[in-house]
Amino acid sequence: MKPETLAALNSARRDGRAIVRATDLATGEDVLVDPHTDTSALGLAAAGAARADTSGPAQIEGRSWFLSVYNPPLELVIVGAAHIAQPLVPMAREAGYGIRIIDPRTAFASEARFPGVALSHDWPDEALKKAPLGPRSAIVFLSHDPKIDDPGLIAALRSSCFYIGTLGSKKTQAARNARIKAEGFDDAALARIHGPVGLDIGARSPAEIAISILAEMTLTLRGAKRA
Amino acid sequence: MRDTREMQTDTATLDPLDAAASWLGSGHKVAFGTVIKTWGSAPRQAGSQIAVRDDGAFVGSVSGGCIEGAVIEEALHAMKDGKVRTLEFGVSDETAWSVGLACGGRIEIFVEPVQ
Repeated sequence: MKPETLAALNSARRDGRAIVRATDLATGEDVLVDPHTDTSALGLAAAGAARADTSGPAQIEGRSWFLSVYNPPLELVIVGAAHIAQPLVPMAREAGYGIRIIDPRTAFASEARFPGVALSHDWPDEALKKAPLGPRSAIVFLSHDPKIDDPGLIAALRSSCFYIGTLGSKKTQAARNARIKAEGFDDAALARIHGPVGLDIGARSPAEIAISILAEMTLTLRGAKRA
Repeated sequence: MRDTREMQTDTATLDPLDAAASWLGSGHKVAFGTVIKTWGSAPRQAGSQIAVRDDGAFVGSVSGGCIEGAVIEEALHAMKDGKVRTLEFGVSDETAWSVGLACGGRIEIFVEPVQ
């Protein structure tokens, strides 16, 4: 690898741009491919690898390549700086997520409670307009307060985020679903919402609930393990 | 504020590509090892990388620790001769006892110098 290639790779990653490095395994010669714009045979293979978020070998025009995928980092947006958010933040960070917390209640979303985390005190619909969710984003709603959660939930349903989770009992979920439906969303849209949030692993403590949330996010992102 | 800075420092040094760039910047030689193929159970999937510095320091991983030593050694050779190489590790390998994969998988590693 040339030092310039390394610098270009790191610069793309810093800018949050997806990039694929194709390496000829026989010679070590390499090309950086933009998976969104390159329409060559190599570009199309790179696009497939980036979509699947999977690095791997590719045989193209008689050459044996290895495609290394560098996708933008995963993002977890937490609406409601509730107690469950406190163990969820370090766990999700370890799993590779960039974290931001949205909560207009400054007493909850405080630097003292969440040191080093990007905090927004905007209302969720405003915050998600300023920095929209993308296909590498997950969002969880932990506030328990419809006037905080609902506007954010509507913005999330209009986005391409891969995971939406909402804290609350089945009764709370049903009431919320009725409100969201009244905003014009159909059953297919509501089916994107994971509520009550998290896999049912019998979690009790905030940390255990955080594990169940992260497990469900992982399942949604990667798919179930094939037997 | 102190917490934020420590976090960023940690993240930078845990990432093989960032580590490699910073080592190059301070005048070191660097090589990468990349998992390019796995068979059976393997601890790290294809694309996993390790960055190796000319004094043997490394960041990242290509296995659960079973073969890192051998990969680092080859990376040091690659920095000297400037050539890429592909290494294969598995239980069928005659060196399995020392650098084999206890999980019974097989794994191929591409080693390349940065130059």
